Amino acid sequence: MQWETVIGLEIHTQLATNSKIFSGASTAYGAEPNTQACAVDLGLPGVLPVLNQQVVSMAIKFGLAIDAQIGEHSVFARKNYFYPDLPKGYQISQMDHPIVGLGHIDIDMEDGSSKRVGVTRAHLEEDAGKSLHEDYHGMTGIDLNRAGTPLLEIVSEPDMRSAKEAVAYMKKMHSLVRYLGISDGNMQEGSFRCDANVSVRPKGQEEFGTRAELKNINSFRFVERAIDIEVERQIDIIEGGGKVIQETRLYDPDKNETRSMRSKEEAMDYRYFPDPDLLPVVVSKQHIEEIRSTLPELPAAKKARFMESFGLSKDDAEVLTSSKDMADYFETVNGACDDAKLSANWVNSELSGYLNKENMDITDSPVNADMLGGLLARIKDNTISGKIAKEVFAAMWNGEGSADDIIDKKGLKQITDSGAIEAMVDEVLANNPKQVEDYKAGKEKMMGFFVGQIMKLTGGKANPGQVNKLLKDKLSK
Amino acid sequence: MHSKTIAQLAQGLKDKAFSSEELTRSYLDRIEKLDPQLNSFITVSAEHALAQAKEADKRLASGDPRGDANALTGIPLAQKDIFCTSGIKTTCGSKMLDNFIAPYDATVIDKFNNAGAVMLGKTNMDEFAMGSSNETSFYGAVKNPWDTDKVPGGSSGGSAAAVAARLIPGATGTDTGGSIRQPAALCGITGLKPTYGRVSRYGMIAFASSLDQAGTLTQTAEDSAIMLGAMSGFDLRDSTSVDKEVPDYTANLNDDIKGIKIGVPKEFFDEGLDAEVARTIEAAIDEYKKLGAEIVEISLPNSGLSVPAYYVVAPAECSSNLSRFDGVRFGHRCDDPKDLEDLYKRSRGEGFGAEVKRRIMVGAYALSAGYYDAYYLKAQKIRRLISDDFKQAFEKVDVIMGPTSPNVAFNVGEKSDDPISMYLSDIYTIAVNLAGLPGMSIPAGFANNMPVGLQIIGNYFDEARLLNVAHQFQLATDWHQQAPGGFK
Repeated sequence: MQWETVIGLEIHTQLATNSKIFSGASTAYGAEPNTQACAVDLGLPGVLPVLNQQVVSMAIKFGLAIDAQIGEHSVFARKNYFYPDLPKGYQISQMDHPIVGLGHIDIDMEDGSSKRVGVTRAHLEEDAGKSLHEDYHGMTGIDLNRAGTPLLEIVSEPDMRSAKEAVAYMKKMHSLVRYLGISDGNMQEGSFRCDANVSVRPKGQEEFGTRAELKNINSFRFVERAIDIEVERQIDIIEGGGKVIQETRLYDPDKNETRSMRSKEEAMDYRYFPDPDLLPVVVSKQHIEEIRSTLPELPAAKKARFMESFGLSKDDAEVLTSSKDMADYFETVNGACDDAKLSANWVNSELSGYLNKENMDITDSPVNADMLGGLLARIKDNTISGKIAKEVFAAMWNGEGSADDIIDKKGLKQITDSGAIEAMVDEVLANNPKQVEDYKAGKEKMMGFFVGQIMKLTGGKANPGQVNKLLKDKLSK
Repeated sequence: MHSKTIAQLAQGLKDKAFSSEELTRSYLDRIEKLDPQLNSFITVSAEHALAQAKEADKRLASGDPRGDANALTGIPLAQKDIFCTSGIKTTCGSKMLDNFIAPYDATVIDKFNNAGAVMLGKTNMDEFAMGSSNETSFYGAVKNPWDTDKVPGGSSGGSAAAVAARLIPGATGTDTGGSIRQPAALCGITGLKPTYGRVSRYGMIAFASSLDQAGTLTQTAEDSAIMLGAMSGFDLRDSTSVDKEVPDYTANLNDDIKGIKIGVPKEFFDEGLDAEVARTIEAAIDEYKKLGAEIVEISLPNSGLSVPAYYVVAPAECSSNLSRFDGVRFGHRCDDPKDLEDLYKRSRGEGFGAEVKRRIMVGAYALSAGYYDAYYLKAQKIRRLISDDFKQAFEKVDVIMGPTSPNVAFNVGEKSDDPISMYLSDIYTIAVNLAGLPGMSIPAGFANNMPVGLQIIGNYFDEARLLNVAHQFQLATDWHQQAPGGFK
């Protein structure tokens, strides 16, 4: 039997505000436990939440970027359950009236086509604290620094049909929230994580199979692996004559398996109701338009522009616009050397190679965009060759200075004086009469030998174009 | 001295007839001597009060950087033990918070402190403000000073009994379904519940957030006006407080009320109303006729639905509001919990009293999947209908009047085993909370030797008119000046 996988994702992205969603406490990561939790975050008696208006603007920004309906009247609701790291005994979230309604985003498929994935909704909510189970001798430590951190939960339609599509969607969303500047997207720190709803059905069947929800996956790699493993598990069950049960499962990356957390029967009744401490959020059309006017150029538009104005290939444009930082870097480089193709090649190959090797983000690169632009300008004006440029780049990476400094210091300036090059050509031809004869007898590959000899003499600095031309002239005489 | 009103005491302080310290000591002595009969205070903060009184005396004597002394500077007040007070225990009448000292002041406390008022202590109340008799307090029942076999009403029963017994000239209360007006009526004093949103709820321990509103318990309407002016106003820390200017509530007290239209809802004079209470209320309304008011019979057709709607909405909100009392971060924690579930069950089981548990259960049920639409949503719809009834009534009349409570104070223990009968003692007050309107109760006479309260209901943010109407009655009658025998 042919099986089809059906996937929907719920992405939780932490909004990049300085203070929490309902209190003035800081959201900075990594502070000593419980030093960034005020009376409101601790859920002390009598305290009240006050909405941080910045999160509303951020959510609207996101909604506009995915072409969604913006809830002009959205409502915060309480999700009630007991847990020690949930101080109030309820989480303030949104249920019936989310801030962002139906929208969509286009993802890139492996075959080069693109696919539209629906976004059901996105709503604002507060994060819980953390329970620390290690180092407390059978007891549990509670750190409430994270309690009240603003989250945007983005819920997709069940539109994805493979783990790869799910990853492509998640990457697209990750790139988008960073483009919009509404989240740092830091996955190690949990600022961007997802739950995956996974089911399988016989190919051609309209009805969805029973789904399992995979909780709290915090890397692209784990999403792909968790879904693949889960799909396999479900197919095995059905082909073995069993039935998949609706449940919540946890992915264990160490064992590469998913295991049951709780079944539908054990699912909690969260007793949602509108939070009486908070007024409905009313957003005027005018405010929405004001936010629309602040939207940055989004990835799809940027990609199209890179292809159109710079004549870049689809692949190059795709890679360069995968993050705003990379796109900005590229545009700076291009501005300095005025050669988009050259800039794209260098950013996508040489620079990316170094960054990957060091597992480094482009914003942390020791060679910044101005420096690389300066280097490429020297290729363009024939000061150095592309080959020498790689040597200069390595030196820049090691912190030896700007391209001009290094070219100067190491004497790497290309020899373009045709008199000097001609003298060297004459010398090489005179010293190698046998090879000249071979060449003239038809062994054209001897040309490479002569070029090599000249480069050896000049330490690679002779302008290769001029060398080639002069050699050809002399040998044809 | 103790029979004087806040306005009179303020005059005395201004005239240097006595100092705030003398006044404070005198009330503290009275509390020490008489409160054992009433149990109206949970905490008496004598030291704190004397320090505040000395500060007030300095402020009264000379110019003070905080600005001029006002009508509350140096005046002793008591705070319902539902308002968080920095450094002084706040129990909410519950074992759950017997050990709780808040690290912050409620906005209401802040405002009284800034006005220079002197806080003598925290008054007893029904546990988490859930009750109409003050019998659910962990700290024991409060007695009615008019007859100590009887209840003072609730939940602000401690504040009402203390003001009625002249242990304090004024106190705060909170009113979710009648918790200021009903004890004011049963103790023969003046109680005011302002419009929802008039007073900040920050630092006031929540029972039912969409209904809770802080107000005053005083001898007179004039004193209510003074206190309300000090405690009202928009607060950035409470999103449901309303950004609306606070007028001088004493400015219009003496306006003539000739020609004012008083609506009397026929539904408030049903078979549930005690005949003697009815007679007293009718006499009070006749008094208003003499003052030139026009009496208009009106109808609030949905008022019969207010008690059932209230007992869905209020428990629903309370079931969620009280979830934070889980034994994890503050408050009562059971001994030696064996696991998380045991910690929750025993901490909450031991910390909460029976009435609180009953309401949490009712509320959790009303919100649960499959019942939400039938209970919570339906109750919210009824709430709208009730608001619409009032809206239509206020197109025809200026204020609405009727009894505050169907009966006078009942015996301690009489209704403790019959929650429904207890809930019905708020039958005339609850609709006002559901609509968010301001309401008062003023002394209107006696039935069977116990005080009867006249309820006056106003339109949104029309407190100034309510106070004017109440004050004019108090100029014409002396019911509000009568003090219980043992406490004169």
